[in-house]
Amino acid sequence: MLKKRMSLKLFFACVILGLVLFIVGCTPEDASSEEETETTNESNTEETDTSSDDHESENSSRSTLTAVEDRGHLILGGNNQLPGFGYLNETGEIEGFDIDFGKAIAAAIFDDPEAIEVRPLSADERFTALQTGEVDVLIRNTTWTTTRDTDLGTHFGPTTFYDGQGMMVRADSGITSLEDLAGARIGVETGTTTELNLADQFRKLNIDYEQVTFDDNDALVAAYEEGSVDAWTTDKSGLVSRLETLSDPEAHTILDEALSKEPLGPTVRQGDDQWFNIVKWITFATIEAEELGINSENVDEFMDSDDPVIRRLLGLEGDLGSMLGLSEDFGYRVIKHVGNYGEIYDRHLGPDTIFNLERGLNENWTNGGLLYSPPFR
Amino acid sequence: MDLNTEVKTELAPTSPPGVKLGLGTWLRKKLFNNWYNSILTLVSILVIYFMTKGIVTWLLTEADWAVVTDNFKLFMVGQYPLEYLWRVWLSLVFVSLLFGLSAGVWKGTILHLSSVLVIVMVIHTLVPFTSTNTKLWLVGCIVCVIGGYLAGPKLPKQKPFVLLGWFISFPVILFIINGYGILPKVSTNVWGGLLLTLILSIVAIVGSIPIGILLALGRTSKLPIIKYFCVIYIETIRGVPLITIFFMSIFMFPLFLPQGLTINNVVSAMIGATLFTAAYMAENVRGGLQSIPNGQREAGRALGLNPVQLMYFIIMPQALRAVIPAIVGQSISMFKDTSLVTIVGLMDLLGIAQSVKSNPDYLGSIMEVYLYVAVIYWMIAYSMSYGSQRLEKNLGVGKR
Repeated sequence: MLKKRMSLKLFFACVILGLVLFIVGCTPEDASSEEETETTNESNTEETDTSSDDHESENSSRSTLTAVEDRGHLILGGNNQLPGFGYLNETGEIEGFDIDFGKAIAAAIFDDPEAIEVRPLSADERFTALQTGEVDVLIRNTTWTTTRDTDLGTHFGPTTFYDGQGMMVRADSGITSLEDLAGARIGVETGTTTELNLADQFRKLNIDYEQVTFDDNDALVAAYEEGSVDAWTTDKSGLVSRLETLSDPEAHTILDEALSKEPLGPTVRQGDDQWFNIVKWITFATIEAEELGINSENVDEFMDSDDPVIRRLLGLEGDLGSMLGLSEDFGYRVIKHVGNYGEIYDRHLGPDTIFNLERGLNENWTNGGLLYSPPFR
Repeated sequence: MDLNTEVKTELAPTSPPGVKLGLGTWLRKKLFNNWYNSILTLVSILVIYFMTKGIVTWLLTEADWAVVTDNFKLFMVGQYPLEYLWRVWLSLVFVSLLFGLSAGVWKGTILHLSSVLVIVMVIHTLVPFTSTNTKLWLVGCIVCVIGGYLAGPKLPKQKPFVLLGWFISFPVILFIINGYGILPKVSTNVWGGLLLTLILSIVAIVGSIPIGILLALGRTSKLPIIKYFCVIYIETIRGVPLITIFFMSIFMFPLFLPQGLTINNVVSAMIGATLFTAAYMAENVRGGLQSIPNGQREAGRALGLNPVQLMYFIIMPQALRAVIPAIVGQSISMFKDTSLVTIVGLMDLLGIAQSVKSNPDYLGSIMEVYLYVAVIYWMIAYSMSYGSQRLEKNLGVGKR
């Protein structure tokens, strides 16, 4: 009897252990079989095995470019919750200013701006996702700072958007500068760099103020509209985009002063210089094209241009593309499919959108802005 | 003094409980029986009036539901490609048929739930913003429910047949939606909206019950290895927030796995949610096991049942029946917790809501979006709760 009971217990033990093994075991099995089906479309299984070994690994001997080419599309870490920069449109596609720079990379590699998968990332997980190889490039309104450039193991590409923290006040309050805000109640989102910048700036100016923190942007704006705070602060692009949604946009102004510098740009992992160069020079191509006056509509007219600068950018002369590991006409592809910087800007933030955001610092240097592309040669 | 006497007359046990009072008397006795209650009543009425007025005015005049109607497809299936949308519809037709058949076979609770389903579908067929294609599919679904209801009782071997249908429904639907290479594959990263929420929560709930039962049995086992494995597993998982588990399963596991193995985001979220819920289920089931008096075991052994038979025929049925409310509570909680996958980049119902409200065309319409999402969550969670209440009644929990 006792023996029998023991054996049954052993049976139960086996069932449980078996189940545990099944749970542990089935995970990689599922994944590998899935991966195989994914890649068999392009190459034979024999190759898949070797390629999947270094697939998406950080210290891989193979480059990110090869991994992207084998996969057939670019994985972009983006934002899906920032009006103008990244959001879901009615047809179910994520689009926006940041996303377009991802499309430019896809256009340069595959001659197809739609060969892209946008993975929406939150502010917390974005760097982890980049480090683990979850995404190839991170373009998610990410501010370039020393810590992020060094400690987090990332490289920042050229800044695509120069933002700065601003302050919105009611137009009839008579406040025209930060000094006038002495004693005011200022609303800010908690846990953001804007909160720290606000404290820094006001300590520097030695002004007393009352800080009111909110968990999210919507609650903050609602409180400001009700009048329970006198002013609120966030990045200027954010202020402008929210201004339009207030019940009476005319009754509010944004102060000219900036509380901080927020250069936003694409980010890649350290350790793959070729990929870094690709992201860098594709971004520069959009800026250079605007400077030269080339856009997606007139780019074909420039194909018979005699200007060597234009000929090199469009890949008609020289071997800049192959130096990067891309096709020679990568510049042409980017401009043709996505457009130059000005077109991208106007499409998402310019006068035809509800934001109607001034170019300001984001003008080309020839127009007094900060956008300056090194020469393509 | 006056008050005192009044109270005394009130307390006189003249009227037996359950006697209907006239409206005037009821008001006087319940709401205006002394001066402070009268003030409280008046204040409450004012508060309720202004709240209702505010809500009704907002609903009828200010709310702009375009954000919901224009993005209806996104809320339902996320970025699922339009050309393959028929697969989701096919799955819905299949489920509708099963609902109809079950309603015909069992009547009762499932009939009520099916009626709600039909009403929801009729509403969506009649509203102007759904496309003709959608309306046709919906009419198909409604026909399936009603047809199933009528045909159900006439089928031979109806109950096993329908149960088998439910049993295979989930793998079949997953196959239809994913394709797995036989049909063109729709990768999981475009699954979204209500579809993703439902798939995640069904996997987590259905998967966690057997694992939870095994863990509970393991924890009560006398074999130390099994016992301590289960104890450590349960206590570790219960000591960690779900969000951490999602983060771990999506960002940490890829670092530990051998190079080249990548787990799909949705699959890792499913595994994380299932393992998390299993730990809680285990404790619920263990509570049920402990509620069974020892006499039941002894009686079972006296009948000559071996431990497996004892567990299967005597203990488990009683234990599980005792913990239905707890299990359903856990399931509802899991269903709502799936909204946490938003943070790891999956766009479930809430994730879609957050992305949609960032579309510049709909800036400022957050209230509409969140209200709509809340109503969907409520409808599904309440259906689960209602089903479990009826189930308890049918099984006579608390009456025996």
